[in-house]
Formats: sequence, C-alpha cells, structure tokens
Amino acid sequence: MTFLSVPILTFLIFFPVVASLLILPFYKKPGTEGVVKWTALGITVIEFLVSLSLLIGNNPHLYQMQFVENHLWIPFGNIHYALGIDGISLVLVIMTTFLMPMTILTSWVGISKNLPLFMINLLVLEGAMIGVFCATDFVLFYVFWEAMLIPMYLIIGVWGGPNRIYAAIKFFLYTLAGSLLLLVAIIALYFVGGHTFDITRLSGQHYGMNFQILAFLAMFVAFAVKIPMFPFHTWLPDAHVEAPTAGSVILASIMLKMGAYGFLRFSLPMFPDASHFFAPMILTLSVIAIIWGAFMALAQEDMKKLIAYSSVSHMGVVTLGIFVANTQGIEGALMQMLNHGITTGALFLCIGVLYDRSHSRLLSEYGGLAKQMPVYSTLLVIFALSSLALPGTNSFVGEFLVLIGSFKTHAVVSSLATTGVILSAMYLLYLLSRVVWGVYTPKSYAMPDLRAYEWGSLIPLVVMVIVIGLLPNPVLSLFHQSVAHLVGQMQPAPLALLHN
Amino acid sequence: MNFSPVNIMGTMPEIYLTVLGCLLFLMEPFVPAKKRSLLGVFAIFSLVFAMIATFGLNGKGLPLYQGLYIVDPFSNFFKTVIYLGTIITILFSLPYLEKEEIHLGEYYGFLLFAAVGMMIMVSAGDLITLFLGIELMSLCLYVLVGLKRNSNRSVEASFKYFLLGAFAAAIFLYGISLLYGASGTETLSGLAQFVANPGALRPMVLAGMILTMVGFAFKVSAAPFHMWTPDVYEGAPTVVTGFMASVGKVAAFGVFLRVFWVAFSANRDHWSLLIITAAILSMIVGNIVALVQTNIKRMLAYSSIGHAGYAVIALLNPSRDSLFALMFYMFAYLFMTLGAFGIILILRRKGIEAEEISDFVGLNKKNPMAAFLMLIFMFSLAGIPPFGGFLAKFYVFMAAVHAGYTWLAVVGVLLSAVGAYYYIRVVMAMYMKDPVEPVEFTPNRMEGMALFVTAGMTVLLGIFPLPFVHYIETSLAILVP
Repeated sequence: MTFLSVPILTFLIFFPVVASLLILPFYKKPGTEGVVKWTALGITVIEFLVSLSLLIGNNPHLYQMQFVENHLWIPFGNIHYALGIDGISLVLVIMTTFLMPMTILTSWVGISKNLPLFMINLLVLEGAMIGVFCATDFVLFYVFWEAMLIPMYLIIGVWGGPNRIYAAIKFFLYTLAGSLLLLVAIIALYFVGGHTFDITRLSGQHYGMNFQILAFLAMFVAFAVKIPMFPFHTWLPDAHVEAPTAGSVILASIMLKMGAYGFLRFSLPMFPDASHFFAPMILTLSVIAIIWGAFMALAQEDMKKLIAYSSVSHMGVVTLGIFVANTQGIEGALMQMLNHGITTGALFLCIGVLYDRSHSRLLSEYGGLAKQMPVYSTLLVIFALSSLALPGTNSFVGEFLVLIGSFKTHAVVSSLATTGVILSAMYLLYLLSRVVWGVYTPKSYAMPDLRAYEWGSLIPLVVMVIVIGLLPNPVLSLFHQSVAHLVGQMQPAPLALLHN
Repeated sequence: MNFSPVNIMGTMPEIYLTVLGCLLFLMEPFVPAKKRSLLGVFAIFSLVFAMIATFGLNGKGLPLYQGLYIVDPFSNFFKTVIYLGTIITILFSLPYLEKEEIHLGEYYGFLLFAAVGMMIMVSAGDLITLFLGIELMSLCLYVLVGLKRNSNRSVEASFKYFLLGAFAAAIFLYGISLLYGASGTETLSGLAQFVANPGALRPMVLAGMILTMVGFAFKVSAAPFHMWTPDVYEGAPTVVTGFMASVGKVAAFGVFLRVFWVAFSANRDHWSLLIITAAILSMIVGNIVALVQTNIKRMLAYSSIGHAGYAVIALLNPSRDSLFALMFYMFAYLFMTLGAFGIILILRRKGIEAEEISDFVGLNKKNPMAAFLMLIFMFSLAGIPPFGGFLAKFYVFMAAVHAGYTWLAVVGVLLSAVGAYYYIRVVMAMYMKDPVEPVEFTPNRMEGMALFVTAGMTVLLGIFPLPFVHYIETSLAILVP
C-alpha cells in the first residue's frame, strides 16, 4: 500500500519529520505563532487521516507482518531498512497518530518560548515513535528507540517546569543506561540467531536456556525502565511533573507503551522459556507496582504526580497481563495499553487546562470547579471514572480481561491485583472530590470554561472512552490473530531442545 | 634500496606533498602578510592533488622498496581520511589564525609535513620507516602546538608534549631495537614469520612488543599513557588540537593496527590482555574524569581518551569485523571531533575564544544554528543514533561480541552511559539555560563549508552510510584473509 507513491509506513514515519521543515522559515519570526501552530496541527491531522488507511488495508485474519517494506540499509552486518506492522503495532501506531493532534492543541497557549522549535521537536518525535512501532529490523528499531530520546530530552529540558534540567537529565540517563544493555543483547542475538537482525526470523527459535536468561535480563532492563516497572520507576514522577503538558501526554500515553511493546514483540517470542522462568518475578513486581503505585498516588498533593503514580499502577496491570501469557491476559494488556493511552493522556490534558489558567497543579488550590467550569468538570469526571475502570468505559475492558486471564493460572496474584482497582477508585474519587466539588478556593474563582482548542483536544478522547467501552470487539479483533500467534510461540520448548 | 619506477610511482603522493610543502616554505617570504591565506589555498590544492594521486594507486597491495613501504587499499583508506581531515583543518584555520594573530605562512608547511608523516606511518612496512613517519608527524606537531608564542599555556603545552613525546619515542625505539636483536629483522612481514615460529617467544620479543605498544598507546592517548592529552589539548591553538585529536589519532590507530595484526598476530594471546587493560582504563579515565571538566577543550580531551578506549577494543581480534569496526570508527570520529572543535574555535566571547562550557550557556537563543550543529556533534560523540557515532560504537561492540568479549562490550556500554552525561551537559547548557554573556558566532565562508561537511558527514554516516560502507569494505580486502 502506498500513499502519494511512497510506501505507507515510510510515509508515516518520515512525513512529520520532513514536513516539520515547513515550520523552519518561521523560526525567530515574532507574530507568526498562529501559522506555526496551524501548520503543525495540519501535519498531525493529515498524518492521522493517512494512518487510518492502515485500518482499511489491514487484514485482521493474518498474524504476519503487513505493509512490509524491506531494503538493505547497511550491508556490513546485514542491517535492513525493514518495516511492517501486525495487529499489535497497528493499534499502537493509530493511537500515536490519534494523540499527536491533541498534544499540539494542548500547547496552543501553554508554550510561549520558541514555539517553532517545540513543534519541530514534537513532529520529529512523532516520526521516531511510529518508527519504533513499525521497525522489523532490530537495529532499525534501536535507532528509532534511542533517537526518540533527543527530542524528548529537549521537550522536558527546554519547556519544562522549574526543576526541568534535573528531570530531563534523569530521564535521559535512565533510559539510555537501560537501552544500552539492549544493544548488547541485540548484537549477541545476531550471532546466536543466524547472522540476521530480522525480528521475525529471530523469533520462535528456541535458544539455549543460559543465553535466553542473559539476553532476557538485558532486554528486561531496557523495557522495564521505559514502562516503568516497580524498582525502575523513579524517573517517571520527575519527568512527568516537570514536562510541559504535551510532553507528559506523550510520555504517559505513548512512550510508556513502548516498554510493554518491547516485551510483546521481543522478549516473549524470542525468549519464551526465559519468560516463563522469570514470570513469577515479574508478576510479583507487577503486583507491587499496582498496589504501591496506587498508595503513592493517594499521598500526592500535585495532580500530575498523582496521575504519574497512577500510571505506574496501571502499567503494572499491563505487565501482569503480558506475563500470564495467555490470550486473555495479552489481549487485556493490549487493551489496557490503548486505554491507558487515551485515558491518562486525557487526564494530563485536563490538568494542563487548569495549569494554563492558574499555573498551579496543587490539589489544595482548587475546589468547587463544577460551578465555574461545568463542561470541564463533566469531562474530568468521565476520564477519572474511565481511569478507575468503571464498566462501560474503555479501561474496564482491559483490566477485566487481564484479571480473568490471570485468575485462571495465578489466582492469588489476580486477587491482589484487584485491590489496585479499589485503590484507584480511592485516589481518583479523592481527586474529583477536591477539584470538582469541595469548597471554592481563590484560585478556582473566575476560571473560564473550556476554550475552542481545548474542546478540540478533549472531545475526541471522550468519544473514544465511550466507544471503546461499549464496543471493544472491533478493536480486539484487530490484534486477535497476532496475539494468538504470539501465545502459540510461547509454548514451552521440549526439554531436549533447551539443553543442546 | 631500489629506486625503480614502480617504487617511485607508489610513493608519488608523499613525494608530491613533500615537494609542495618545501615550495610553501620557499614561497612564504615572498607572500605579503595580507595574502597569507593564499598559502592555505595552495596547501588545500596540494592535498587534493595528492589525493587524486592516491586514488590512482588504489589497486592491490604493493610492497615497495623490498617491503619497507606498503601501498594497499588499507593505507589508501587512511591516507584519504588524512587528506580530508587536513583539508577541513585548513578550512578552519584561515580565519582562526587571523583572529588569534598567529597567521604564519609556515603553519601550512608544517601541517603538510605532519600529513606526510602520518601517510608514512600508515604505509610503513618496516619499523624504522614507521619510526621516521611518527617522528616527522610529532616534530611538526610540537611546533604547531607552540604556535601561540605569546601564550604561556601554548608554550607549556608544546614543551610538555615534546618532553613526553621524546620519552615515548625513545621507549618505542628501544622496543624496535629489542625486536631487531631477537629476530634480526625489522620488516613487519619478517617479524610475523619470526613470531609465528613457536620457539620465538623469548622474553626479548615480548619486551620489545610491549615497548612498541607503549609507544602506540601514547600516540593514540590510551590510558595509562594519556597524561599529556588534557594539557596539550587545552594549551594548543584549538585548530591544532582538532587536527591532533582527529587526524593524528586516526593515523596512529592505522599503524597500531597494522603492526599488531601483521607482525604480532601469532602471539595474540600475549598482548590481548594488555589491550583489554588499556581499553578498560581508557574508557574509565576518559568517561569519568570528563564529567568534572569545565573547560570544553579539556573535556573533549578526556572524551578522546575514552574514544581511544572504544577503538582499541577493535584491535583485539584480527577479523574482518574488527577491521571494519575500527575503520568506520575512525572515519566517523574524524568528522565529529573536527566539527566539535570547529564550533569551539569559531565561537568567541568579547573577541576571545570561548572555551569554557559556561560560554555555551544559552547559545540557542542567539545562534540556533551553532547550537544545533554542536548538538549533532555532541550526540554523535555520545553514540546516540541517528548519528555516525552510534554506528561506529555499534560496530565496535559487534566486533567485541564476535570475538567472544561480550563482557567487554557490556563494560563499554555501561561506561558510555556514564559518558553520555557530559555530552548532554553541553546540550543542556546551550538549550536549557538563559544566556549570561553574549557570544559571537560568525563563521566565514570557509568555516561554514567545513562545518557543513563535518556535520553533514556525521548525519550521513548515521542515516545513509551505504556508500562509505562500500568504500571501507573495498579497503579491507587485503589485510585480512
């Protein structure tokens, strides 16, 4: 499939990068902010519309990679420019392109300094993120995976809050240190897996158990930092609090998913036996993340920090679903990834709305907004209810599937994880009761309700919350085949194979 | 020695450059001070001329002068890199020397002779020839480092470099004499035959080998023989620092590799531990000490020690992978290092060179272009894709894993995560802080061209390295079976 005679995936990756050059002429030209914003919005909307054609061209009955492109990129080491998506990457690509226009809209007035550079960073970042989900060559994947750090580092560090430099450096070094071990694992796989970086060919082989364990651990660090899983999560609250709203949305909604995507795309199919071996440890860490993240969220005064810790908790559900490694678990995890992207992204956007008006994110400074900002309050309530997985909203589907999937094999783990649902109700209702209801505070006095661009950024998300909540099947069917295939690859190897 | 036409033809590039360099010295008194830049242009044309001659020789390996001198695709690759690096250096020098008021005509002559020395190094098939090359390069560099006669730092650096360099040369020469005493030959092929003979590993050969290794380690500034690097890099005129750090190092690596792979490949087990030690020490010293530097030239000096650590990993195992890795590393390293020094030497605060990291604060506000170029060089040096530095490190680690040193690759990546901090600190200063004092960044046309080439190559090597990979692959055909 092609678009304007460019293969579709290449187009999706490079269109935002190349089109961002359109913004360059307005660099340092005061008074052109409007043009810059509209151009960036236009680019991301076009990107989204084009990405929808993936849904049309996609054949959901296949588990194989589709829209495949493959060219020799660097002959030495047999590195290919290979792209392709299956059901798993498809939903993540569409989620990315869907959320990017919102991030532009939320920066409409919030970003005042050096707007063109900000927009260029966002667009380059979009291209790199789509590249991560589309790459089917391991080196190419790694290039996108790390290249992503540069614009994100700048977004946090240049446009962030008061402590932004610390947060940006912490974010950069944590993720870099994690990913470098992944690089060694990639290289080792090349020699063990038959001199190729092709992800499909590297999957489904049963490597020796020792190698599996070492390589799994190396990759685990990279992905666990990104998700972030329990002991590796300390960069997240800092990065979230300091990042501008758009940065928080991208971090929470898209970048955190990449760790989980890494587990699904690499760790499980390449090292199935090591995955089974480590599953108890990871399930334990997931449950700790679910409960501990929720308790930390309860204790936060800063709204962004609250949502950041709730992300740790919700991503625990995702890793739980992935490592119970049955169909419901993984499908639930994917649903949860998608829904967390929509709902948490929306919650960050909502906090951004408040921050733009009063430059504060402290719970204690708000109260009684339901009267001042009725529309805003309604939306906030919907998103919060979705985040606590109320039946009928999107998050319910994912969490429910994960819990079912895990209950079959790990009843204790599943029961413990259920407490996360209750705790999330506690902190989110607490947030609502402070901000939406409660007593009036001076800050929340005379706050105007949603502006046009804020409508634009929040309404599509509300629609998604409800549509996916009521009709999850069309989404589930997109990745059903891919997940079934993945579960098939996870079957334990005969013992004889492991000891060769 | 036989001066047959074949031999003369094979060394034509060196002969051209030597003759043209002498001509430069002769012309110098007749060129008025205002038109000295013409000498630079002349030097550039000489280099282009020699480059064309080198391309003409790109055939199969020719041992000339009974094996004293080797012209093969491997040496031609390194010579091409030397030409490119020297040309870029000259492009940076013209305005810089004017501003620093050290625009002497001799400068270009010394630069050309240093280049000739490096060419002799990478082509040497014999340890004495090699020594001649090293000394020719070093003597020119001693002079160039001390070019700012009025600056104490420059003179001190020159003196320090000279003393330590003389020591290193003496040690190296002692190593050669031990090797000669043991084997009766100093040609690389003769040594290789001698070493391959199982009874040959007498203490004398081992001692000679270790002493030559010390000499090389000094030249590539690998720890623990790196002590001179920060002081000399800081004191030397920046354009000379860039030249030494990039071109000088590339040439030294070329000859290091040839000697150890050709002459000593048979007793690899005896020296691989030394190389591993040097690699680990250099990575630790380079990456960790750089963290606390405030002077950006010093920081880059430590960074270059760290890079030497990565590059020597590629010497461990004589294979196609390692050879490719080292050549790619050198190629990428040349452009990013020269570019980074280029930015430093163009940047001026109140007319003085801005060489503190604090001078980069808020650069993006005033000069977004300079900040962006520096960002490319810094991220590339840190080994972040999509820049050339990433692929360079990638191939080195790949060679290490292939040779069975996976643990060394792990140590390398962990230290490069440490090292990333000081590179992104520069980016942080440029983008995330507000400017305190204004700095000027006014590259003229030549400097602009040099920056364009270095930055362009750094990016190109990261995203579309295909033509360069092909070129390097054709150059490594001969040396490795």
